[in-house]
Amino acid sequence: MSGPTHVPGSTGPSGPAPAPVPPARVRLAQWLADRAVMATAIAVLAYLFLPVAYTFAFSFNDYTKSNIVWNAQSSPTLEHWADPCGAPGVCEALITSLQVGLLSTLVATVLGTMIAFGLVRHTFAGRRAAEVLVFLPMATPEIVLGASLLTIFVQGFSRFGVELGFATVVAAHVMFALSFVVVTVRARVASLDPRLEEAAMDLYAGPVETFWRVTLPLTAPGILGAALLSFALSFDDFIITNFVSGDTTTFPVFVYVSYLRGIPAQANVIGFSMFVVAVVLVLLGQALVSGRALRTRRSRR
Amino acid sequence: MKRRTWLPYVLLAPGLAWLAVFYLAPLVQLASVSLQSPFPGYPGYYYRNVDVGNYVTALGSFGAHFGRSVLYAALATVFAFALAYPLAYAVAFKAGRWRNLMLVAIMAPFLTSFILRTIAWRQILADDGFVARTLGVLHLLPGERITETWVAVVAGLTYTFLPFMALPIYAGLERVDPRLIEAGTDLYAGAFTTFRTVTLPLSMPGVLAGTLLTFIPAAGDYVNAELLGSDTGTKMVGNVIESQFFRVLGGYPVAAALSIVLMGLILVLVGAYVRRFGTKELV
Repeated sequence: MSGPTHVPGSTGPSGPAPAPVPPARVRLAQWLADRAVMATAIAVLAYLFLPVAYTFAFSFNDYTKSNIVWNAQSSPTLEHWADPCGAPGVCEALITSLQVGLLSTLVATVLGTMIAFGLVRHTFAGRRAAEVLVFLPMATPEIVLGASLLTIFVQGFSRFGVELGFATVVAAHVMFALSFVVVTVRARVASLDPRLEEAAMDLYAGPVETFWRVTLPLTAPGILGAALLSFALSFDDFIITNFVSGDTTTFPVFVYVSYLRGIPAQANVIGFSMFVVAVVLVLLGQALVSGRALRTRRSRR
Repeated sequence: MKRRTWLPYVLLAPGLAWLAVFYLAPLVQLASVSLQSPFPGYPGYYYRNVDVGNYVTALGSFGAHFGRSVLYAALATVFAFALAYPLAYAVAFKAGRWRNLMLVAIMAPFLTSFILRTIAWRQILADDGFVARTLGVLHLLPGERITETWVAVVAGLTYTFLPFMALPIYAGLERVDPRLIEAGTDLYAGAFTTFRTVTLPLSMPGVLAGTLLTFIPAAGDYVNAELLGSDTGTKMVGNVIESQFFRVLGGYPVAAALSIVLMGLILVLVGAYVRRFGTKELV
């Protein structure tokens, strides 16, 4: 780029140079670039939402056999929203997914949080190996995770009475969510100010009390975020689940399996509702956190 | 604080035990299955052995699928980068108080099931849809249609894994000190020069993390190829693994060999990355 070379502070002995004002041409280019970036970002977000909008629209389709083509002969209908469990199996699949999601989130969050604390707060022999083991599942394609789990469930663990089903799905979901929990919680623990805990100790709080009353509350947002992420990963997982689920049908498996004979519009109703519930929950959570931050700031004054 | 040397081991033991049983042991089992030999005279039966025959079959018969997986995943990664970077940049530097809302918006489509969204793409790209008709009128299509071609598969992969590209880039950009960017503008570098010489290089760790987190799942995906691609010419290695496991009698040792090769390829890529940047950036 051409333009006069200007080194701040080199203009003479008269103290610091005034903040340089870029020439109008540069400012115009900057303004245009800003607008272009924002417009592109909004376009990309629209692209991310386009299929969600389609899912929503087709939840009103008055179709006869397959809900793939819009039935223009008939007007949109609310009947699928009025009876979201109307299609056989769809609500059972949703309930299975919610159960798997909640259970695997609980286990993965507890185990992952423990690992995160162990890795951040301590140095010990074998730490590097532990880090690699935690990291590897994230770097393994889901199809490989699914194929290897199916192999060992059928050929190795079956001698201990393991059968494909609800338990194997939960075990698999805990496994792949665990690493994401560790990464998320670890970032939060690492950013804690150690002086807060030292202060608690100085005030004669024992290590256990310090942990429960200072460290854990301060880490809570990270743990909550990790739990949400882990639930989302579990709820949306298809590839691994399809390998290890046996006769158990989660919601994504239900949708995939019904694709050939036609997905009922109730699946669209449920898929879109989950999206709305998630957005509302996250926004409420954020409002809560920022509200609390605001109150804390006020009470400090 | 008194250091208790046993404490970290107690904290790590349950989680690592879970990973040992449900991650490491299955991989070892998969590797051992990939080396089994066919039982002579009993088609579909195998016995434990150290036999690279399955690998020869895997690469000989399904080399094209392997190539497609790498190619499609690479293309999807490039497109996802092109779309995700401006998005992440806007969220990090231009969104102001909308930042959190935009972050939620990037992640929210996850909860409408990935399968439902991929089926929605099939509808959007259908022959009589506006996308196919517009591109058809403009003569921008390689053939007559989009669905059942590689274009649809790559588009689907790009869409599916875009958030995995956008979030690490955002995390990387957020760590860039804005004063460095201001310094660029103060020195009369134009917006583009500042971006090219300051912002982009500083955000590279995030970009590489996003590249891995997009490429890995994209290379292993089979749902997009199954739902958006054709029956023959666009199948990826994931499709082969899936159908060898579920639909081919005694197909699992070859499927296991394919999985191990895929895993090996990815480990090479990840190893190169980790050696360069460590595991910190892989959020």
